[in-house]
Amino acid sequence: MTTFKLNGRTVSVHSPHDAPLLWVIRDELGLTGTKFGCGIGMCGACTVHVEGRATRSCITAVGAVAGANVTTIEGLDAKGKHPLQTAWIELQVPQCGYCQSGQIMQAATLLKDYPNPTDQDISAVMAGSLCRCMTYLRIRKAIKLAAARMREE
Amino acid sequence: MIRRTVIAVMATAFLGLLGFVVLSWRPAIAPVERPNPASFTAESISKGEVLAAVGHCVSCHTRPGGQPFAGGYGVNTPFGIIYGSNITPDPKTGIGLWSLEAFARAMREGIARDGSHLFAAFPYNVYTGLWDEDVKALYAYLMTRPPVSSTVPANSVPFPLSIRSLEEGWKILFFRSERYRPDPAKSEEWNRGAYLAQALSDCEGCHTPRNALGALKARDPYAGATIDGWVAPALTEANPSPVPWTQDELFSYLRTGVGRLHGAAAATMTPVVRDGLALPVVPDTDVRAIALYFSEIDHAGARDPSVEATVREALATSSLGSGQEYDPDADLYGAACLSCHYNAGTVPLPARPELALNSALTLSEPTNFIQAVLRGVSDTEGAPGLVMPAYASSFTDAEVAKLAAYLRRTRTKCPPWSDLERKVSAVRRELATSR
Repeated sequence: MTTFKLNGRTVSVHSPHDAPLLWVIRDELGLTGTKFGCGIGMCGACTVHVEGRATRSCITAVGAVAGANVTTIEGLDAKGKHPLQTAWIELQVPQCGYCQSGQIMQAATLLKDYPNPTDQDISAVMAGSLCRCMTYLRIRKAIKLAAARMREE
Repeated sequence: MIRRTVIAVMATAFLGLLGFVVLSWRPAIAPVERPNPASFTAESISKGEVLAAVGHCVSCHTRPGGQPFAGGYGVNTPFGIIYGSNITPDPKTGIGLWSLEAFARAMREGIARDGSHLFAAFPYNVYTGLWDEDVKALYAYLMTRPPVSSTVPANSVPFPLSIRSLEEGWKILFFRSERYRPDPAKSEEWNRGAYLAQALSDCEGCHTPRNALGALKARDPYAGATIDGWVAPALTEANPSPVPWTQDELFSYLRTGVGRLHGAAAATMTPVVRDGLALPVVPDTDVRAIALYFSEIDHAGARDPSVEATVREALATSSLGSGQEYDPDADLYGAACLSCHYNAGTVPLPARPELALNSALTLSEPTNFIQAVLRGVSDTEGAPGLVMPAYASSFTDAEVAKLAAYLRRTRTKCPPWSDLERKVSAVRRELATSR
């Protein structure tokens, strides 16, 4: 049994402690916004936050987050209106959409660390988040739009 | 004639053995009724709490998920697994019947209340430096914890090493019972740090190499050693970090688990930080004092003053792998590592360990790098709030080796590591057996 906080709520799960956090979140806890991509931490689709930092949930054992605060795309903002989410909709970033929750979670950590990111910052921090529809240019634009709005706030 | 010689030899051996038995014999100290918790002053108890934290006693005296101080953590030694004992005041399974005198003898001479020798996995060779009033405070703190009835597993030390009186031989060779003596030439802060580091935190336990009998090599204090499959780096000027460990960096590392210019704690350093120096009960001044002591041992002040230039140079390599240059070896790094390890600006962020400044890449062996990649770092380890996924199931040995070689080549000026793939496979095997 492992206990941690998921989107602010304390949860106790029965999956073995070495079960990937991704499958615990999707299968045992039923939140499916977090996606399975490659399963080896190389594509970014499964990105969630652990203690506010982007983490690949497919290769993070649930035992490794015992006691920690885990946030998924469902919990990033109570109303789904994180500045990144509104920028994403405004600029119609997604094409197929599969990788986008991971992209947004990774971008949220980027903006926390670098509120005014340069192109190089975006390229480096987002390098591990792949999009097979090639929406990279819109992702970059949306990050900059959200960053500008967050700085005004 | 032969018969006489044999008899003489046997007699000498017998007398020697007898002498040893006599020498190693220690009396039991009479049991006392468990002291009334109200008989200790609040001041003494809270002082003991700080000392117990600095000594991170709870690490070895608590089984994973168990009640604090109730024992049962298995310490891996070259001689077998030795389980930390129950040091709650339970009369049957703990130390409830121990008088202060018995407790002090155990702490500073390695003798249990019943007169038996304790194995040196319990670092009485360190605690022997403790002053009377501090032993008293630790006693007050432990005796006022809730008693927990819990029997610890039997040690797996094989016969004849399991004969406790043999420890007397070890003591004759390697142990002196003596209290810490302040160095009058040094400041009060330095002496406080030296006292805590030498008599309580047992920094040498991991960072000083040991001889074949498991004793610290007195001539090489803090020269670096291997512990539980990780390298505990040298804390002397031989420390391989690109920038020196100053008092400020050490303070931040010991207090929070992260030094911006050195990276984050993990694995075997966890008890020191999480069970000890990061706890709010430990005052900043004590952590600063320990930091001062080690900043003098590594001669931070006397080392190359070009810290700024080194950091600038390191950060200039931080975006390598993001696709702006052509390097086929950078692919894995760009996909797997860069999003967390990239740093911009003039100083790394605490939550983004800068690999170009990390000793995992500059140590002469790739051990720590391989361990970190394969195991990751869980939230209960190292710095609070910093998690690294485990890449053991993602990367083949060849891929980890490629990643290690790439980073060593692009982030350091050190010569390439040899035989990488074999070393990755060795760590992976050890990881499989430890689970």
